[in-house]
Parts: sequence; C-alpha cells; structure tokens
Amino acid sequence: MSSPPVGPRPSILKRIMPQLLILGVALALNVAVFPEFFQIDFRNGRLFGNLIDVLNRGAPVALLCIGMTLVIATKGIDLSVGAVMAIAGAVAAAMVVEGHGWGTAVLAALAAGGLCGLWNGFLVAVLRIQPIVATLVLMVAGRGVAQLVTEGKILTFDNPGLIHLGAGTVAGVPTPILIWLALAALVTFGVRKTALGMLIEAIGINERSSRLAGINSRVLLICVYLVSGLCAALAGVIVAADIKGADANNAGLWLELDAILAVVIGGNSLLGGRFSIIASLIGALIIQSVNSVILLSGLPPEFNLVIKALLILGILVIQSPRIGNFIYLLRASGPQPQPEPPHSTQEEAAR
Amino acid sequence: MIRSTHLPLLITLATFVLAYALCASAYPAMLSWRVIANLLTDNAFLGIAAVGMTFVILSGGIDLSIGSVIAFTGVFLAVILRDTSIHPLVAFALVLTLTTGFGAAMGATIHYLEMPPFIVTLAGMFLARGAAYVLSTESVPITHEFYDTLQGLYWKVDGARFRLIGGLMVLTFLVGIITAHRTRFGQNVYALGGGEQAAKLMGVPVARTTIGIYAVSGGLAGLSGIVFSLYTSAGYSLATVGVELDAIAAVVIGGTLLTGGYGFVAGTFFGILIMGLIQTYIVFDGTLSSWWTKIVIGGLLFAFILLQKGLTWAAQKRAAQARRRTATGSAALS
Repeated sequence: MSSPPVGPRPSILKRIMPQLLILGVALALNVAVFPEFFQIDFRNGRLFGNLIDVLNRGAPVALLCIGMTLVIATKGIDLSVGAVMAIAGAVAAAMVVEGHGWGTAVLAALAAGGLCGLWNGFLVAVLRIQPIVATLVLMVAGRGVAQLVTEGKILTFDNPGLIHLGAGTVAGVPTPILIWLALAALVTFGVRKTALGMLIEAIGINERSSRLAGINSRVLLICVYLVSGLCAALAGVIVAADIKGADANNAGLWLELDAILAVVIGGNSLLGGRFSIIASLIGALIIQSVNSVILLSGLPPEFNLVIKALLILGILVIQSPRIGNFIYLLRASGPQPQPEPPHSTQEEAAR
Repeated sequence: MIRSTHLPLLITLATFVLAYALCASAYPAMLSWRVIANLLTDNAFLGIAAVGMTFVILSGGIDLSIGSVIAFTGVFLAVILRDTSIHPLVAFALVLTLTTGFGAAMGATIHYLEMPPFIVTLAGMFLARGAAYVLSTESVPITHEFYDTLQGLYWKVDGARFRLIGGLMVLTFLVGIITAHRTRFGQNVYALGGGEQAAKLMGVPVARTTIGIYAVSGGLAGLSGIVFSLYTSAGYSLATVGVELDAIAAVVIGGTLLTGGYGFVAGTFFGILIMGLIQTYIVFDGTLSSWWTKIVIGGLLFAFILLQKGLTWAAQKRAAQARRRTATGSAALS
C-alpha cells in the first residue's frame, strides 16, 4: 500500500460517508417495504421496534468485526472466529450447567476465546504461518473441540444471569446492543487515543520496515489476534444466551464470512493498512439492514442469499481498484479549467 | 537423492501407509478390498472437487464456492429430471456448461477487477447456494432409470464393489496429474503460483490462465455435484456445506503449499485417502465420537503446515549459505 499521508487525518465523517450513504439507502428500502420501520415503542420496560431489532440482531457480527478490523489492518485474516464462538458458547453453557455462577461462566468463555486468539497469534507471529492458513486450522478443528465440550449435545441452561446477556435489557435497551457499543467504544479509544492504532497500521503497510523502525510487531500481532478471540468469545456467549443453549454445530456458522464482509464493506483494504472500526460497524449494520429488508418485504427467504451475493458483488465492484482508476480517468478527462494557452503569453511578449 | 520439492509428497505417502498399517493392526478387517472400495466410493465427490482446488491453490488462489456449486448441481439435476423429460446425459452436459461458465466468470472478475480471490469466491459461494435455495428448499429425490443403470455399474473383486463414481474420481486424478505436469496450461498454473509479476514477464497469458483455473475448478465442482447426486440419489440445497474446507485440508495434507507454486495433484489423492481413513477408523472403532474426525484432521493440517514451514525455512537457509559461499569464493578469486 502507499505510504501514510503526512499531516492531519481527514475528518472521520468524510471517511465514513460512502458507508453512511449505503446504510441510508438500505434503511430507506426498509421504510419503502415497511412504512413503520422507524417507529420505536416502549412496552413492558423494553424498547420495541425494527430499528432496535437491527441493532440487536447485528450484535454478533458487530462484535466480531471489531476484532476482525484490527486483524485485517495488520494484513491478516481470522477465519476461526465462528468456531471460537462455538467453543466459547459451549464453555459458558457447560460451566453454568455444572452449577457455577454466570460471572465465572463468562470469564471461562472469555479465557477460552483468549486462548484460541493466543494460539492463532502464536502461529502467525512466531511461527510465521500466513494468517489464512494459520486460522484455518482452528476453523476446522474448533467445532470439533466445541462438540467435545458439549459432548455432541445441544447444552441447554436456564441461568437467568447468563440469559440476561443475550435476551435481557438494561434501562429498556437490549443488553447485546449495550455490549457491542461499549466494546466498540473501548477498542476505538484504545487504538485511537494511543499510538496503538498507528502501530497496527504500520505493520499492515510493511511489517519488515515497521520492525526496523522499532515496533515490536510480534507482540502486537499476538495482541491483535487475542482481541479478535475475545470479541468472538463475547459474541459466542451472546448467541448462546439468546437461544438459552450452546449448539456446537451451528453457533456462529459462516459468521466469520459476514464479519469479513462487514470489514470490506466498511472500506478497509484486505491488504492491510488504514482502518476504521466505525466504518466496519456501519458495514455490519448494512448487512443486518439488508437482511431486514428481505425479511420485511415478504420475499421468500430463499432469495436472501442471492440478493446478498449480488449486493456484495455490487459493493465490491464499486470498491475495486480497477473501477476506481476508471472513475478517476473519467473525471480527469471531463471538462476542467484549462491551463493558460502558451501562445497568449507569446502574443503578450510580442506586444 | 530425494529432491526437497518431492519431500512433502513422500511424507504424505508415508503418513498414509503408516496410518493404514496402524488401522490394520488394530482392525485386521480393514485390510479387505471392501474397505478400499468403500474408501474410493465414499470420497469420490470430495476427491473430484479437490482436484480443481489443487489447481486453484497451485496458482496461489482459493475457491470457497465449490461446496455451494456441488449443492446447486445436485438440486438443478433433481429439479430438471423431475420437471422435464430430457435425458440425464443432456442434463449433465447442461449443468457442466453452467458451472464451468460460473467458474470462468469468477476468474474473470478476479483478474479484470483485480479483486482478491477470497472475496470473489465468497460472493460466488453465496450466489450458488442462494440459487440452489431458489430452485428448491426441500430434498428432491431423483428417480430415473438411467440413474439406476449408472449406480448398478461396478467391477467386482472378492465381494468388493468398485463403483463407477470411484473410478471416475481415479480417472479425474489421472487427467489432473497429466494436465498439471505435461501441458502448457499446467506449467502456466505453476508459474502463476510462483509469482504473478514474474509469470507475466515470462510471457504467461495471465488472464487466460486465471480464467481457465477457476473454470476448471467450477467444472470439476459440477462433475463432483453429478457424482454426489449419483451417490445420494437426491438433490438438496443444504447438502455439502463446508466441503470447500475439507478440500482445502486434503490439498494441504497432500503437500501442496498454500502460497502456491509447489505441490502435486497426486498428493491430494493421498490427502483424500488419509481423511477417508480417519473416518473409516472411527466407524470401525464405534466408541469414538464423530467430532474426533474434525479434531484429528485439524491436527494433521497443523502438522503438515509446520512441515511445509520447516522445509521452506531450510531451503531459504541453504540458499543463503550457497550465496555466502559463492560470495566468499569470488572474493578469494579476486
């Protein structure tokens, strides 16, 4: 990638403008098929409404894409997050079933997720295995491990504390929304108010030169995968709490792809470098809004995947470097202020 | 002396022989022809798809769409044989054209729009799976007498039945081996995997080769779908989820470098057999749960990735040593 521009960062609003526009279009489509989309009620001490639903249902992908954004910024990728979700959900459920408190269960799930993240980080940073391969190992084996924990069954539980994380509310707002907003704020401040974000971008742009510049890229890479594992663990706990059970086979299935998609829609390059967690989160909301359009429009759910695929292709084509070049050339060849024709100065000189 | 490029293949082969010997020592019944015949029959669709995946990975790419394409092919065949009266052979030709074209379109998108194969084939995966859903969400049985004829074809050895689809897989592997090592297309694939820039400078037609690679992968996924429909006698849009991962795992266990440029189609064949062997062992044992398959395959994957890493590292070290030696040699001369 090109070297980072010198000078102040362009305003965040300008950076996330395309994503906001796409989100606006997706929400407008929602209103078009369902006029009461923006209506939010307060009933039984809880907010109700389609908009709240989008925020709530988007929680797992939003959580995953926080970690995924950081990983992709280092020129990596984490394919294992779906499997880590299954492991974390299984661990939390198993702890609760054994009679531990929900706090211990969540801590154990986070520990499991952190361990998975450390493993990925170790493979990538120490053994220098390319990230897509390194995380593939856990993607294949992870579901097996999750099934080992649940012993092949769907572990159900009725611990109110744990269920609250997925289905409860705090001051009327569903808990998952609060969790992902809080974590997003925490991580964004963590990387933007310190030099961490810049260091991560430096690794993604050129790891060798960042190391020569004195960045401890090895530790930082491990940390990035650790964060991704922790985010996945939290998402896994929420998904398990939502259905009051841990399903090792289906929890988080294909969510790694949705998370990567959210990051890509958020305009982050898969080749690493500059990143924006906020843009990725908007990407996650775009995906969820599209799901909501398809649901509300009453189209047969069979069309869900086809529409999603076409949408992805559209967004990718717009963002592809070749098309970007083409638009740039189109603009450059359009009408623009011509430089002063040289002969006029010659005439002046002659005069 | 053994060339280091052949070492991963030999280690795969040794792993297979060792694994088979271990299985046979635990359960002597596994030495029968019947087990071997079933190994070929049960893994036929995976093997055919893995040949295509080998070409994609050799070129440095990846194809995540094959599982969905297999499911789409099955549903397409089932629906078309249910609703129309055309002959299955015509339907086969139709679906192969369709999937090859689909692969070629993905290859063209990757090359001309300069997008990473990972994302393009991910969109392709959604698209093919979605198309299968649109055709039918239920499992559609296939009841055509031509299917019964094809399923009834087998070659009998000692009570073991080597079925048509197993033979088709072996044939696909043979054609794949010849294509990879004895044709210009194969050489271009290896060159592309070694580095696109270098390949372009060498005069490899990058556009044609990239499109060709993904067309081959799509076409073989279609063939795999046909085999899968022969194997199950049905088309179901939820079938073969995650087959792309199994295929990638088989290719890696077969000794192909995931960064592209190094590897053998024959290695993939033994990768498939090793994975099939693990499953057979678990069935024979009866007390082990099915999820151990995933864990063991994950462990094998890790071992082979480590092995590749070690070999690359050793090769680099040797190259550096050779460079140093020539450098000191020339210094001494002058």
